[in-house]
Amino acid sequence: MRELSLNVMDVAQNSVRAKASIVKITVIESDKDDTLSITIEDDGCGMTEEQVNQVIDPFFTTRTTRKVGLGVPLFKLSAEQTGGSFDIKSKVNEGTTTKASYVKSHVDMTPLGDINSTIEILIRCNPDIDFVFTHTTDKGSFTLDTRELKEVLGDVSLDTPDVLEWIKQYLEEQTQIILGGV
Amino acid sequence: MKSLAELQAIRERAKANLDLRKENPNAARVLVGMATCGIAAGARPVLNAFTEEIAKRGLTDSVTVTQTGCIGICQYEPVVEIEVPGEEKVTYVKMTPEKAVKVVNDHLVNKNVVTEYTIGANTK
Repeated sequence: MRELSLNVMDVAQNSVRAKASIVKITVIESDKDDTLSITIEDDGCGMTEEQVNQVIDPFFTTRTTRKVGLGVPLFKLSAEQTGGSFDIKSKVNEGTTTKASYVKSHVDMTPLGDINSTIEILIRCNPDIDFVFTHTTDKGSFTLDTRELKEVLGDVSLDTPDVLEWIKQYLEEQTQIILGGV
Repeated sequence: MKSLAELQAIRERAKANLDLRKENPNAARVLVGMATCGIAAGARPVLNAFTEEIAKRGLTDSVTVTQTGCIGICQYEPVVEIEVPGEEKVTYVKMTPEKAVKVVNDHLVNKNVVTEYTIGANTK
C-alpha cells in the first residue's frame, strides 16, 4: 500500500462487513513526540480470540476461511516496520478495535496520504453506516460525525452529491487548519 | 467555512429531488472493486474519477457509483463492473482514471461499450 489511508480504507471495510452501525476512525499525529496512531473502532459482530489470532497471519487464514487475507497483515506490517506497534481487540457481538502506532520519522514510514478521500469514499459507499472521523495534530483537532450531519439532513441521504461535496470541503478546510496552523 | 446551516440549505434543495433519485429503476450501477487487491492496484483514484466525471456530465441521478469486494481476478485490478438494466454486465479491467473518463463518456453517455478495456479483450 502506497499510503496508510489506503490501509484504513481496506481495514474499515472489515467493519462494514462485520455489520457495524458505527465506525470510529481516529488519527493522532505529533511531530513533537514523533508518533502517529490510527485507530479503527467498530460495533460490528466481533471475533473470537482464535479468529483474532488468525487474521494477523496471512497464510493460515487465507487457507481456512476465505473472508480474511492480506488486509490486516499489511496494516500490521506498515506499523511494525517503523518500530511501532499493532493491536487488535475484539469481542463477539460487541465489536473490534484495531490500533496501529507508528514512529513518524522512521525511514520505512509510509505517508498517511489522502485520508480525507478515504473517509469520503467510505461515507459515499456506506451512507447507512455512521462514521466518526477525528484527526488530531500538534496544532489542533477536528471531528466529522455523520450522526450530527444526519440530524440536520433528516431524510436526505448522506450520498446526495451536494452533501458529499460539503463533506469533502469541510474535511479539506479543517485539515488545512490542523496541518497548516494558519 | 463550511457550516451546518449550509447543510440545512442543501437539505431543502435535495428534498425536491429525493423521489426522483430514490425511485429510478433505470439507474446504471458502477461497481469498483475495493478489496485489498483493488485498493493496492489503485482503485481509489479510479473511483474518484468515475464520480467526478459522472457529476460533470450531470448523470448523478441516473448512475450510482459504489464499491464491491474482490471477485477473484486480482491480477486484473483495478476492476470495474458496469450494470445497465436490461443489458449484459460489462467488466472492465486494469482501469486508470483516464480510462474511467472514457468509459463514462462512451459507455454511460453514448451507450458504446469500450471493448478494448474489457476483460474479454485483455485475456488470452
